[in-house]
Amino acid sequence: MIQMVRALGATAIVVASCLGSQAVAQTKQLTLCWAAWDPANALVELSKDFTAKSGVQMKYEFVPWTSYADRFLNELNSKGKLCDLIIGDSQWIGGAAENGHYVKLNDFFAKEKISMDDFMPATVVGYSQWPKNTPNYWALPAMGDAIGWTYRKDWFARPEIQAEFRKKYERDLSPPQTWDELKQIAEFFQGREIDGKKVYGAYIYTERGSEGITMGVTNALYDWGFQYDDPKKPYQMEGFVNSPDAVKGLEFYKSLYKCCTAPGMSNAYMSEGLDAFKSGQVAMQMNFFAFFPGLYKDPNVGGDKIGFFVNPKQKFHFTQLGGQGISVVSYSDHKDDALAYIKWFAQPDVQKKWWALGGYSCHKAVLNDPSFPKSAPFAADFLKSMDIVKDFWAEPAYASLLLDMQKRVHDYVVADKGTAKEALDLLVKDWQKVFKDEGKI
Amino acid sequence: MSTLAERAVARTPRRLALRFGGMSDRAIAWLFITPSVLLLLAVNIFPLLWTIQLSFTNYRANRPNAVLRYVGLDNYRDILTDPEVWQAMQATAHFVLWSIALELILGFGLALLINRGFRGHSFWTTIILLPMMLSPAVVGNFWTFLLQPQIGLFNSGIALVTGVDPSSFQMIGDVRLAPWSIIMVDTWMWTPYVMLICLAGLRSIPDYIYEAAEVDRASPLRQFWSITLPMVMPFVMLAILFRAIENFKMFDMVNLLTSGGPGSTTEVASITLKREAFEKWRTGYSSALAIILFVTVFGAANIYVKALNRVKQR
Repeated sequence: MIQMVRALGATAIVVASCLGSQAVAQTKQLTLCWAAWDPANALVELSKDFTAKSGVQMKYEFVPWTSYADRFLNELNSKGKLCDLIIGDSQWIGGAAENGHYVKLNDFFAKEKISMDDFMPATVVGYSQWPKNTPNYWALPAMGDAIGWTYRKDWFARPEIQAEFRKKYERDLSPPQTWDELKQIAEFFQGREIDGKKVYGAYIYTERGSEGITMGVTNALYDWGFQYDDPKKPYQMEGFVNSPDAVKGLEFYKSLYKCCTAPGMSNAYMSEGLDAFKSGQVAMQMNFFAFFPGLYKDPNVGGDKIGFFVNPKQKFHFTQLGGQGISVVSYSDHKDDALAYIKWFAQPDVQKKWWALGGYSCHKAVLNDPSFPKSAPFAADFLKSMDIVKDFWAEPAYASLLLDMQKRVHDYVVADKGTAKEALDLLVKDWQKVFKDEGKI
Repeated sequence: MSTLAERAVARTPRRLALRFGGMSDRAIAWLFITPSVLLLLAVNIFPLLWTIQLSFTNYRANRPNAVLRYVGLDNYRDILTDPEVWQAMQATAHFVLWSIALELILGFGLALLINRGFRGHSFWTTIILLPMMLSPAVVGNFWTFLLQPQIGLFNSGIALVTGVDPSSFQMIGDVRLAPWSIIMVDTWMWTPYVMLICLAGLRSIPDYIYEAAEVDRASPLRQFWSITLPMVMPFVMLAILFRAIENFKMFDMVNLLTSGGPGSTTEVASITLKREAFEKWRTGYSSALAIILFVTVFGAANIYVKALNRVKQR
């Protein structure tokens, strides 16, 4: 009987210890939330090193771009515990900071000796700081990104196409430096037959539902002189958003859409651009640098067939900032482990591997390395682009501001409603109303 | 001879009979319906009252810590004076009216055809019913491909018939054609539903009425106007009611097909509501909009049901 009791006791201890260790193992897990795209796969690969080093298992919640903001902003606003770490869009930073969704990282950075001086300045301002240009950090720059362009290098190099282009425009066919040149090239390719297939000039963003057309049109607007507000008087938008130059920029974007895009591209964003380029439909494609490693590896249009160039200039030279910082969600039950992940991720060696795997590091140890510009065919253009980035509003009310711009621009560019001046005038009114509701004007 | 109730009492287990023994019929009835009433209160009535309350505030669900301010009827005034909202209402009305008209004509026509009981009609009925069995999300997605100007079957089909270049027109990217595209897809999907209801109506007409009409030498057209149509009318009106309510709040299919575009051409009221509530996070404003939409549908449905009852009594 005594033996039986002992045996039962031993069994109970073993079971209890197993359950206990399982409980510990269960707490050693982090959920990282991000968009479902190529760099996310690279991060999964990279994070295996973190698990090996720390014993913390990584779980991922990746959501397609078109529902990324909806899904995760709902999660944050409802104070959900799904995400311990989140790679949130640059424009979320204001709202996430002011509404207490992200953990402020200043003390943690100071304690762990993580210096923001080690990261490219544009990414620190874009992804980490709120208010902008103040030393208040809510994220570690994680994934540098900006709008760039790809083009069909093999088509550009064909002697007969070169000759025809030279005859028509009295210059060589090469990646465009200005928007006018880009449009000229796009017109040249539009409707042309190449290898028995009809091709089109350019792919540009026109998506209506989330942020697509805004992320596209700003690349032209900035270069013509569009500004969000008076640099000397914040939130004074009249004459800046709807300046004569901004009107010209918007008119240009519409003319490019009308003259030189493929049929059916009235509601197209990142994935539609990739499809159009990969299927050999367009000569040039606007898209985020994040996709370029994947495109370069594409068996049909990658390798020698693809070339890259920086967003063209006009009166000015800017490009739309993409990319994200990584933040610790303040509702997480595993904040310490999440901070440990950020500490690990900030290390120069990890950042180097991040770039090697297909992620875009923002760390100077990677970007300032003399070998970096030649480390990939698009690396030099990425560096140039990150020097000229400009971002959309990152205010807490960014979603309202974005939806207003989506509507006004889509109404004008795609739906032919009104003039460019009217569209931008209405946009100023919309934004004034938003900032008035916010108590900022 | 014992009654049915007496037999039921006799068969009731003694323990159960004792447990309910002291309760009145009314108490027992309340006991059974209370869980359902509580559930309804929790999931329907409470959210409705809560929404009404929020509609008078400046509340934003993404700013839980912000000071809540009662703004009276400001949200309602802003909505009713906003041309964008009226534009969305117009887009909704256009969609609802045309889709119902087409579904009714086609659905009733198909029901008349199926009711004739030709060879293989069961098979064709099943085929016709397939679209309504699909999810609107699936329908939205695959019609996006079908309507794609370069690879879409729809454009190719039109090109085959008319000889135009298939990529020379775009259904969902063109301001004039986009509203008709969503009407077309909705008609494709929901005509079978209207057909089913009309078919039920046609099958409910007793044969002897037609036989009597034949004896009176009534022509087929006369039979249709004097027998078929009046007797099917309550069913038709029911189909209109169901489809109108559904289409007034249509979201998923339109969102997937056009996202409300091009521009705001197909931005129906439900898309406006979703953008205000879950993208701009203007919870107070969107609550007011939801209440306005609810009152509109509820009011219209009530008037309609009264008309339906009058038709049934005739």
